[in-house]
Amino acid sequence: MNNSRIPMPVQAPEERIKNFSEVALGYNEEAAISEAERCMNCKTHPCTAACPVGVRIPEFIACIKEGRFEEAYSVVRADNALPAVCGRVCPQERQCEGSCLRQKAGGPIAIGRLERFVADRHAAQGGTPSKAPASGRKVAVVGSGPAGLACAGELAARGYAVTVFEALHLAGGVLAYGIPEFRLPKRIVNQEIAALEEMGVTFVKNAVIGRSLTVSELRAEGFAAVFLGTGAGLPNFMNIPGENARGVFSANEYLTRINLMKAYEEDAETPVFRAKQVAVVGGGNVAMDAARCARRLGAEVTVVYRRSEEELPARREEVEHAREEGIGFAFLTNPVEVLTREGDVCGLRCVKMQLGAPDASGRRRPTAVAGSEHDRAADCVIMALGTSPNPLIGQTTEGLELRGRGEIFADENGRTSLRGVYAGGDAVTGAATVILAMGAGKRAARAIDEDIRSGIL
Amino acid sequence: MYRILKKQKLNASVVRMEIEAPLAAKHARAGQFVILRADARGERIPLTIAASDKARGTVTVIYQIVGGATMSLDRLEAGECVADLTGPLGRPSAIEGLKRVVVVGGGVGCAIALPLVRALHEQGSYVVAIAGFRTAEIVILEEEFSALADEFYLTTDDGTRGEHGNVCMPLARCIEGGKFDAVFTIGPLPMMKFVAKTTEPYKIPTIASMNPIMIDGTGMCGCCRLTVGGERKFACVDGPEFDAHLIDFDEAIARSRTYRAFEAAARARHCNLYQRSENEGGRYE
Ligand code: FES
Repeated sequence: MNNSRIPMPVQAPEERIKNFSEVALGYNEEAAISEAERCMNCKTHPCTAACPVGVRIPEFIACIKEGRFEEAYSVVRADNALPAVCGRVCPQERQCEGSCLRQKAGGPIAIGRLERFVADRHAAQGGTPSKAPASGRKVAVVGSGPAGLACAGELAARGYAVTVFEALHLAGGVLAYGIPEFRLPKRIVNQEIAALEEMGVTFVKNAVIGRSLTVSELRAEGFAAVFLGTGAGLPNFMNIPGENARGVFSANEYLTRINLMKAYEEDAETPVFRAKQVAVVGGGNVAMDAARCARRLGAEVTVVYRRSEEELPARREEVEHAREEGIGFAFLTNPVEVLTREGDVCGLRCVKMQLGAPDASGRRRPTAVAGSEHDRAADCVIMALGTSPNPLIGQTTEGLELRGRGEIFADENGRTSLRGVYAGGDAVTGAATVILAMGAGKRAARAIDEDIRSGIL
Repeated sequence: MYRILKKQKLNASVVRMEIEAPLAAKHARAGQFVILRADARGERIPLTIAASDKARGTVTVIYQIVGGATMSLDRLEAGECVADLTGPLGRPSAIEGLKRVVVVGGGVGCAIALPLVRALHEQGSYVVAIAGFRTAEIVILEEEFSALADEFYLTTDDGTRGEHGNVCMPLARCIEGGKFDAVFTIGPLPMMKFVAKTTEPYKIPTIASMNPIMIDGTGMCGCCRLTVGGERKFACVDGPEFDAHLIDFDEAIARSRTYRAFEAAARARHCNLYQRSENEGGRYE
């Protein structure tokens, strides 16, 4: 038996900073089998318990060991609607892999990489998803991000006629506009969407629910239920001077220009700001994505984060990849002003921070060190400070109960304050992860199915 | 899908297009906008709804050919389709209850002023329309304004048509001479800034339709942000109309120039036929 984790083949850093192609290249069969053989199939299955959607991990790994790859895929797919996506973007170190008993024995089993392997292999093989007998009822899904796709998939599998409404011109939500090509190739997203279409799901793009159509109009048009998976799209800012100068962008804007509008391509119609020295403020996956995009567009990049390295919320692999690509980190540093010259960004004034007692999030609260003000050079600042729910649906749907920052109120099965209206994902929880949103979408689909069957809808 | 039913040149670089888009037409109201893409590689272009027809399921937009994206759009003819069209976006103009109103349009901004004048006229308001242009050659929609407005004033910077000078002159006379409930202004940022300055001493509520750079138009990217009364507002969801006396116009003007170099290069690439107007916002009217 192999002792340590099989490394993931990657594009060399000096090469990949010149392109937007995928960084991690994926295991081949041999590597997958060797990695699978490291699994001890321990009795307690802590990995499955730590998976937000409860994938039967030891079972699919056992299939890989024996070369039964298609079967492995079916096991994963039974609980996870988007395995090719999750294998790439889940924070495995805090979920399945974080609970693996082999932690100290050569490292945890590379569960994410194995999940990706079986999904990619299945896609390469091509297979037709099974169609359930039609139930004769229609359900509308608002938003085609992870929550919406998972909900649509689950409902289609149960025989519902599902229509997904998307505000942008491409489906996928954050998978399309947010996560860059080099981390999640768009062909993977398109494959997943094509698979849903084959199951009979209809996608209506360029439809802004709350403006083009309202939720109550959807109900009136004969949709038995409406699922709101509108995500948390509204970008947060710091409210510091200079934040509206030319050269300050929300990470959402910067990433949308690059991922959705392909602004990095030669002769693209949509522009993206070409900077020399970029400061990215924040420490999550979105901050890493923005930093690595800026690097690929030729800039020197520093990530400015107010806590220490230990608290970085980004996936560990993204931080490692960012470092390899020559991205700098300024920890315990917090901007207090964007410096400008004639309307253009020319720097970032920061203070040093120190960590005090833990705050509500359980992380140690950073406070400014007196007299620690200092300036960093930058001609572009990207704010990756998290997002809040989009208020559009709340504003235009009478009777829909909201909470604190405009999150939609829903119970653990996605039922909102309005009969026939369900919600899940970031729109309910505030910004979280792809996999949590998918879990919520799926639970809501089950609740919808239950309520329709029991005659409530 | 989104078929162009009519295309008509209003002047050398301003074009009116009626496009089939039933979903956008259904709820479209004066003051709102759509975002369209000419083709599969196209930029998302925000354009104010100049007219809409629920029965025919169409929206009409008016654009000025100013950059790469509008040049691509202009290559399409009646019978062909644009790749995407989303809307209606933004909040409708708040005109309810207004009895006496001045609407000030500048350049291609008059294309957006017109539906507002029409909506006011239809609700029975007394409407003064003021339209300003650089020169006689680019005057558009003159007949339409005359037909709908109770009073209509036309100005040109060079005096080749109508009154010689800018829109603030007839505006000052109007508000000096009578009482008005509101002034709406739509056009190049510097013009709207001066309209706001003109009405401020009279304390007449003044509303500017802002045209910052946009991408999604749904509040997701924040690139359309403005400072209004010291607060951050997203033009696409909070606007596009704001209290002109509270808008930080200088900041808006600076932000509208973010992609100057890129746009110049794109124009040079396409051709050198067209000249960009003063209006350097994201909305290409
Ligand atoms: S255009 Fe993106 S938030 Fe307004």
